[in-house]
Amino acid sequence: MNIEQLDIRGHLAQFAPFDHLSDDLLDRIAGSIEIRYFQAGSELLSKDQPIDSLWYIRSGAVEMYQRSGRLFNRLGEGDIFGYSDLLHQRRVRYPVRAIEDTLIYFVPADIFDEICEADDDFSEFVDTGGRLKVTVQQQRDDSGLMTTRVRKLITRQPQMVEADTTLQAAAQRMRDENTTCVLVVDLTESQSPYTFVGRDGRHWKLNGILTDRDFCTRVLAEGKSPQTPVGEVMSSRPIVIQSDESVYEAMLCMLRNQVHHLPVLHRRQPMGILHLSDIVRHETHSSLFLVNNIFVQNTPTQLSRLSTEVRNGFVRMVADGANSEMISRALATIGRGFTQRLLELAEAELGPPPVPYCFMVLGSMAREEPTINADQDNALVLDDAYDPEQHGDYFEALAKFVCDGLAGCGYAYCKGDVMATNPRWRQPLAVWKRYFEKWMREPNPERLLHSSIFFDLAPVHGEAPMVEALQDLIAEQAPRSELFLAALARNAKNRTPPLGFFRQFVMEQDGEHRKSINLKRRGTAPLTDLVRVHALACGSKSQNTFARLDDIAATKLVGQGVAERLRYAFEFLSMVRIRHQAEAIEHGQEPDNSVDPEHVGSRERHHLKDAFEAISHAQKFLSFRYTLPGKGSSRSQGAERGETAS
Amino acid sequence: MRRVPKVRRRQLEAWPRYLAARATEAKDTRLAGFFAGGGLDPEMPIGEAPLVAMDFETTGLDAGRHDIVSVGVVPFTLARIRPAEGRYWVLSPRRRLSDESVTFHHITHAEVENAPDFSAIIDELLEMLHGRLVVVHYRQLERAFLDAAIRERLGEGLLFPMLDTMSLEARIHRQSWWARLRRWAGRPVASIRLHESRQRYNLPAYTGHHALIDSLATAELLQAQILYHYSWETPVGALWR
Repeated sequence: MNIEQLDIRGHLAQFAPFDHLSDDLLDRIAGSIEIRYFQAGSELLSKDQPIDSLWYIRSGAVEMYQRSGRLFNRLGEGDIFGYSDLLHQRRVRYPVRAIEDTLIYFVPADIFDEICEADDDFSEFVDTGGRLKVTVQQQRDDSGLMTTRVRKLITRQPQMVEADTTLQAAAQRMRDENTTCVLVVDLTESQSPYTFVGRDGRHWKLNGILTDRDFCTRVLAEGKSPQTPVGEVMSSRPIVIQSDESVYEAMLCMLRNQVHHLPVLHRRQPMGILHLSDIVRHETHSSLFLVNNIFVQNTPTQLSRLSTEVRNGFVRMVADGANSEMISRALATIGRGFTQRLLELAEAELGPPPVPYCFMVLGSMAREEPTINADQDNALVLDDAYDPEQHGDYFEALAKFVCDGLAGCGYAYCKGDVMATNPRWRQPLAVWKRYFEKWMREPNPERLLHSSIFFDLAPVHGEAPMVEALQDLIAEQAPRSELFLAALARNAKNRTPPLGFFRQFVMEQDGEHRKSINLKRRGTAPLTDLVRVHALACGSKSQNTFARLDDIAATKLVGQGVAERLRYAFEFLSMVRIRHQAEAIEHGQEPDNSVDPEHVGSRERHHLKDAFEAISHAQKFLSFRYTLPGKGSSRSQGAERGETAS
Repeated sequence: MRRVPKVRRRQLEAWPRYLAARATEAKDTRLAGFFAGGGLDPEMPIGEAPLVAMDFETTGLDAGRHDIVSVGVVPFTLARIRPAEGRYWVLSPRRRLSDESVTFHHITHAEVENAPDFSAIIDELLEMLHGRLVVVHYRQLERAFLDAAIRERLGEGLLFPMLDTMSLEARIHRQSWWARLRRWAGRPVASIRLHESRQRYNLPAYTGHHALIDSLATAELLQAQILYHYSWETPVGALWR
C-alpha cells in the first residue's frame, strides 16, 4: 500500500462506520479512494443526478437540502453521504452544497457494495443512516415523517400465495388473516431484481399483488370465476418500497403511483405491506389528533379501540425525544378526553343530570402526570341539592358507565376503590368539604395514608367551580394545619429511595439486595409525596409536580436550589420510567414500573443515584421542617389543634 | 476574481513546436516515443486535460551535483484524483546521502542502499507521464533534475511543458497589482510553499517531504487554484510553462 493511501486509511479509520472495519476491508477502501476538491458555495450533488460513489468528507463541511429547500442535514469532517441513494435508485434525492471549501474522498459504488456485503455493522450503519444528524428542529417540524422509516409501520408479515392459487382460496386467505391484499409469488430458478430466498431456502420471485379493490374491479366487474388463478388478475410487477425508506417517501410513492398498498422489501425480501391508512394512522398518533378522534366515538366500545393508538402514540412520542412533561401532559389530555367523552355518552344515555355535578380526577391524572399504565382515580362532587332518594340511581349509573368505560380504555379500576362508583366518593359538595376539613383538622397518619390522593384533585367535566371550591378550601387551611402537614410529612417518608446501586442489584435500606427497583414506589411517588407537603404548606393551588416546585421555589420553604434539584430528579426518574415502559410496549409486554439495574447504562446509573440521593435528602429535611408535635410535647400539639380549629 | 490570462500566440505554440522537433530529432527510441503525440493541444481546456502530479525528493538543490532519491507520481483530472494509480520509487543516489537529507526526507540509508538506479524506472516513469500534462510545485527543481537524470543516462535531455502550482500561486499572490501594493507598503510577502499555499484553500495538512504525498498535495492544490482563480475552460497553453 502506498504511503498516501496509508494517510487516507488513517483518516478513515478515525470515523464511523470505518472505525470498526477489519484491516483488510479498510485497505480495500483506502486503495480505491478518489479525491476531488470543491469550493465553498458550490453544489456537490444536484437532485436526480446519478450517483456512483459514496462521498466522504476529508475536510470542510456540506449541507443537504430537502425538496422544499429546507435544510435537512449538515455534515463535516469524517461524515459520509450519498449512501442511501447508492443503496436504492442510485440517484440523488437531496441536493448537497459545500458550505466550506471541501475535500471529498470517493468510495466507488462497487467497493461500497462489497463492503456492505462483507461487513454487517457497516451495512447496518449505512442502512439505518446511523450517522444521519438530523437537526432537532427538523424532527419537530416534520412530526417524524421524514425520519421514521417505513419498517417501523410494518406490524405483520405479508400474506403470499402462488400464481396458480384460485381467487376464492386467496379471498379466503385474506378473510382468515384479516388482510386487504396478498402478494403473488412463484418459485424461480434464475435471479432477478425481484427474487428472494424464502424461508424454505428456495428462490422465489415477487410477481404481483392482489388487493381487495382488485376483487371488485378485476374479478366481479369482469365476471371472473372464483376458480380463476390469481395470476390472471393480479397487478404484475408491483410498485415496492425498501424498508428503510422514510414514511414520507412511501407516501409520495403511493401518491405518485396511485396505489394504496405498498409491498415493503428489505433488499428483495418482502417484509410486509404498507397501506395508505397505516400512514394516516401513524400521523394521527400525535396526541392532538387522538383527542379529536376521542370526541367522535359514539360508544364505549368504539372508544376502547383507541387505546392501542394511545400506546402507539406514547411509544412514538418517546422515540421522537419528547420530555416527560410533554408526554405526561399528552397522556393527561387523552385521559381527560376519554373521561369527558364517556360522561357525554352517559348523559346521552341516562338523560341530563337531575342536579349539577362535577366529575373530578384525583392523583396522577389530576397532577397531569399519569403514566401509560395509570389506574383510574376519580370521584363525583354533587350539588348540595342532591337527594339520594331521588337522584342516587342516576349518579350511580353515571359513575358505573364512566368507570367501566375507562376500564375498557385501559385505565384499570383503582385498587383502593377511589372511584366515583364508591358511594363514599359520590357526595354533595358540603360533604366533600367536611371530608377535607376533617382530614386536615384531625390528621391521623394512618387515615391520611389513604386520603392523600384526594389532595391532588382536578375537575374534568361538569361544574368545575365545585372542585375549585375544594381546592380553595385546601389552599386556605392546609398552610395553617401544622399537625396535618406533619402527618403528611411522616407519610411522605414511608417510601424511601434505594440506598446504593450496583451492577446487578440494589442495596436496600435494611442491607438487603434486590434485583429490581420500582421506579414509582421508590422514586417518583415519594418525590411527588414530599413535593405535595411543601406545596400544601405554602398554599399552592397547583396540582402538577413541576408547577408545585415552581411555587415552592418562590418561597423559603426549602433551601436554595433544592426545588431545582428535585425538578431534575423528577424529570430524570419519569423519563427512565417512560422509556422503560415504551420499550416494554414495543416488545409486546405489559408496561410496569420495575427496572432491572442490569439494564441501566453506566451513565444512567450515575444519574439515578443522584436522583435518589436528592429525594433522600429532601425526605430527611421534611422531618426537620414539619415536626410531629405529639412526639416532643403534647402541649404544642394541643395548642396547634386549638389554633387550627379556630 | 477569475483571471483571464493573456495568452500570446507564440507562447501557445512554443511548446508544441519544441515537442514536435524533439519527436523527430530524438535518437533514443523511448524519448522519441515520448515526444511523438505526447503533447497536449495548447487549446485544450484544463478541465478536460489528463494530468499527472509529480514530485521529487533530492539530495540537494543543484541538479548538477545532487541526485533524485525518490519519485512520486499521481495521475488525475480536475474531476478526480486517483491515488490508487499513483507510483512511488526510492532511488539510489550516485553520491552518498548526507545525514541532513536523511532526516529531511525520512528516507533511510538502508532504503537507499537496496534501491535501483534511476535508469531502472525510466520506462515506467515515461509511460506514466506520456499523454498527460505534468503538474509540479516549483518546476525549476523537477524540470532540472529530470532533464539531468535522463541526459546522464540516455545522452540527451528531457524537457516538456509543466504546470507549476507554485508559479500559479506566485502570479496570484506575488505579481498581482494588489500583491505589489502590499509589498510596496511593506507587508509580508505571501508564502507560496506547498503547505502554506494549500492552507489558503483550506486544504488539510499532510506530512510533507514525501514525494508521493507531495504530488497528491500538488494535485489537490491545482484543483483548488483552478476553481478559485481560473476555470475549467482555461486552455492548458495559458497555464503551462
